[in-house]
Amino acid sequence: MPIATVEPSTTAQEAVGTSSRLTKILGFACLAGLAVLFLLAFVLTDPDERVDEATNIVTGQFDAVRLLYVHFPVAIVTYTAFLLNAVGSIMVLWKKSTWWDITAAASAEVGVLFCGLTLVTGSIWGRPIWNTWWEWGDVRLMTTTILFLIFVGYLAYRRTMTDSQVRAKRSAVVGLVGAINIPIVYKSVEWWENRTLHQQSTLADLAVEDLTLFAMIFGMVVFLGVYAWLLIHRFRIGWLEHQAETTGLEQAIAERRAQAPDAIRNAVTQARSSEPETGVHQ
Amino acid sequence: MPGFALRAVKQRSRCKLIGCKRLRRLWAVLLSVVWPVSLSFDYVTDSTTELAVQVRGAVVLLGRFPALAGLDLQLDTGTVTLVQGPNGAGKTTLLRLLAGLAPLESGSAQVLGHDVTKAKRQVRASVGLLSPATMLYDQLTIAENLEFWASLSRHDDVDLMAALDRVSMADFADQQVATLSTGQRRRAAIAVVAIRRPRLWLLDEPHAGLDQAGRDIVDGLIAGAIEAGATVVVASHELDRVRPLATHIATVAGGIVHSFEANSPGGVHA
Amino acid sequence: MREIWALTRKDLLIEARSKVVATQVLPFAMVILILFGLALDADRSSLRSFTPGLFWVATLFAGILAIQRSVSVETQSSAFEALRLSGAPGWKLFAGKALAVALQLLAIEFVLALGVVVLYRSNFADPVLVVTAALAATIAIASAGSLYGVLAVGMGVRDTILPMLLLPVLTPVLVAATRAFDDGLGTTAVNGWSWCGLLGLFAVVYGAIGAVAYAVVIEDA
Repeated sequence: MPIATVEPSTTAQEAVGTSSRLTKILGFACLAGLAVLFLLAFVLTDPDERVDEATNIVTGQFDAVRLLYVHFPVAIVTYTAFLLNAVGSIMVLWKKSTWWDITAAASAEVGVLFCGLTLVTGSIWGRPIWNTWWEWGDVRLMTTTILFLIFVGYLAYRRTMTDSQVRAKRSAVVGLVGAINIPIVYKSVEWWENRTLHQQSTLADLAVEDLTLFAMIFGMVVFLGVYAWLLIHRFRIGWLEHQAETTGLEQAIAERRAQAPDAIRNAVTQARSSEPETGVHQ
Repeated sequence: MPGFALRAVKQRSRCKLIGCKRLRRLWAVLLSVVWPVSLSFDYVTDSTTELAVQVRGAVVLLGRFPALAGLDLQLDTGTVTLVQGPNGAGKTTLLRLLAGLAPLESGSAQVLGHDVTKAKRQVRASVGLLSPATMLYDQLTIAENLEFWASLSRHDDVDLMAALDRVSMADFADQQVATLSTGQRRRAAIAVVAIRRPRLWLLDEPHAGLDQAGRDIVDGLIAGAIEAGATVVVASHELDRVRPLATHIATVAGGIVHSFEANSPGGVHA
Repeated sequence: MREIWALTRKDLLIEARSKVVATQVLPFAMVILILFGLALDADRSSLRSFTPGLFWVATLFAGILAIQRSVSVETQSSAFEALRLSGAPGWKLFAGKALAVALQLLAIEFVLALGVVVLYRSNFADPVLVVTAALAATIAIASAGSLYGVLAVGMGVRDTILPMLLLPVLTPVLVAATRAFDDGLGTTAVNGWSWCGLLGLFAVVYGAIGAVAYAVVIEDA
C-alpha cells in the first residue's frame, strides 16, 4: 500500500499523514456526490403524495420521505461494514493476518458510526410517520439496535487489550460470534412481533418512480464511497500504529541480548559475595 | 487398521459404560470404523529421537518485550540441566516455551520430537511443569485435587496414595488445600505433576519455600525421574543443591543461552 | 467423557464448600424480584403478566454473576494454565465448565420460580413447557456465558466487560424464553412450544460455537 512508513526519527517529529491521491480523489468525489444527493433529495424529487381515488384524500409521507435518501443508504453501509468485519474476523482466525485484523477493527468503527446514524435517521423518519420515536415491535429496528450494542461491545472489548496478537484473536472470536447472532436475532424478533411497522411503509408502497429510485441508488453509491473513504483512513491509522509497535522489535531484541554480559557479571559477584551463606535467593 | 484407528479402538474399549468385554470390543471396533478419528488427544508416541529438546533462534514476546531473544538450546534425553541466571533473564519463559505454553514469535522448538507450534497438545501432555503457582484448588482436599487432575489428564489408574506417600503428604490427603502451608502445597503440587509420569520435567524454582525435608524430596524426585528415563530441566537459584545432580549447566541471560557446559556431578564448575 | 464429569464435579464441589452462589448470587436474584415488585408499584394482576420477563431478567443477571464466579475459581488458582497443560481437548473443558454453570443456574431458577409463585402469584398452567423451556434457555445461557466468561479474563481485560459482551448476544434467548413462559404460565396465548424449539436451537448453536472456540480462547487466559 502506498502509504508512508514510520521510521524512528531521532530529531524532529515528522507528521505522517494518511492521505494519498486515491483518498483525495475519492473524498472530492464523495463531497460532490453528497451535494448532488442533497439536490436530488430536497429539490428535484417530489414528496410522497398519494391520492386515494375514491375519496380524493391525499395521503403518504409527504416531505418526510426525503429522509429515505439518507436512511436507506446508511443502513446498507452499516450492513456492509459489519459484513466486512465478519469476513475479517474469519480471516484473522484462519490466516492469523494482521492486515485483516486492522481492516476488521476499522470497519467495525465506521460501522458503529453508520449504525448510529441509521438508528437516528430512522427514528427521525419514524416520528412523523409512525407517530413515535421508537417502536418496540419493529423487527429491523430491534435487530439494528442489538447489532449496534454488539459492536459497541466489540469496540469496548478491543480497547481492554494491549497485546496486538491476543487482541486480534479474541476480538475476532467476539466479532464473529456477534455477527453469527444477527440472523438469529432477526428471526426471533420477527416471530416475536408478527406485525412490523417497517412493512407498513415499504418501498413497494411508495410511488417509486424513476427519479426516486435513481436517487436512492445514487445515495447508496455515494455513502458507500464515504464509507470507503473513512475506512481507508482508519485502516491507515491502524497500520501506522501497528508499524510503530513492531519496528521496535529488532532493536528490542538486540538490547535484550546486550543485557547478558552485565547481568552475568552482576550475578557472579552476587554469588561470590553470598557463598558463605546458604540463603535462598527468592 | 491404520495406527490412529487402532489407538481409537484401544481407547474406546476401555470405556466402561458397556459391561461385557466382548461387546465393548465390538462397539469400539464399530465406532472406530465409522468414526476413526479419536476425539481425545492422541496417545503420545514414543519419541525415537535422542534429543529431548531442540530450540533454535527462539524469540518469545511478553507483550512487546522479547523475553527470549533468539535462544538456542539442545538437550539429550536422560540429562539433568540446571538453568541458572539472574532474575529477569528469561528462565521461566524458557520453561514455559518447553511446556508448550508460550507462543513463538520466530524460531523453532522441538520438545520430545513434537513441534511446539504445531503439536501443542502432545507437547503439553508429555511434559510436567512445576511452577511457583501451585495450581491447586483451595477449597478441595489434596486427594480431591489429585483425583481431578489425574482424571483430566487421563491418568486415573495411578495409585494416588502412593504418589502422596512419595512426597510425605499421605497424612494430609483429606485436608483442604487452604489450610496448608506453602511448603505442603508445593509438595502436593509435585505429587500432581508426578502422577502424569512426564518424560520431560520442567521445574521452576522447585526448592523455593521448602524446608530441609521438602528439599530432600525434590532432590529424590529428580533422581527418580532420571531413573525412569525422563529428562529434567531445573531453573533454580539454589546452585549448591542442584549442581551435584546436574549433568549440564546452562546460563541464561538477556534472553539467550550465554553458556552451556557439561557438569561433573559433585564437582565444582567454572 | 469422564473428564467432562470430573470438571463439572470439581466445580460443584468447590461451590458446595465455598457456597458463593448459594449465599451471594441466589439472594441477589431474589432481591431483583423484590425490587421489581417495589419499583413497578403495580397490583398483583399486572405483576403476573410481567412475571416471565422479570424472571428471565433476574436469571440473566444472576447468570452473569455465576459465570464470573466460575471463571474466577480458575483464575484464583492459576488453573487455566494447568487445564491447558493437562492435554484435555478444548471442547471437553468447555462442556465441563458450562455444565457446572448450567446446573447452578437451574438451582437458582428453581428458587426464583418459587419466589415468583409466592411474590407474583403465578400459576403453572403448563409445567412441562415451563421446565423444557427453562432447560433449553439455561443451556444456551451457560454455553454462551462460559465462552464469553473466558474472553473476559486475561491480561489487561476487566471482567466488567462481560455483561456488555454477553447480554446483547443473549437477547434472542430472553425473547424466546419470555414468550415460552408466557404460554407456560398462562398469561398470554402464544404457541409456547415453537418458542421452546427456538430455545433448543439456540442451545445447540451456542453449545457448538462454544465447543469450537473455547480451545482458541483459553490460550490467552
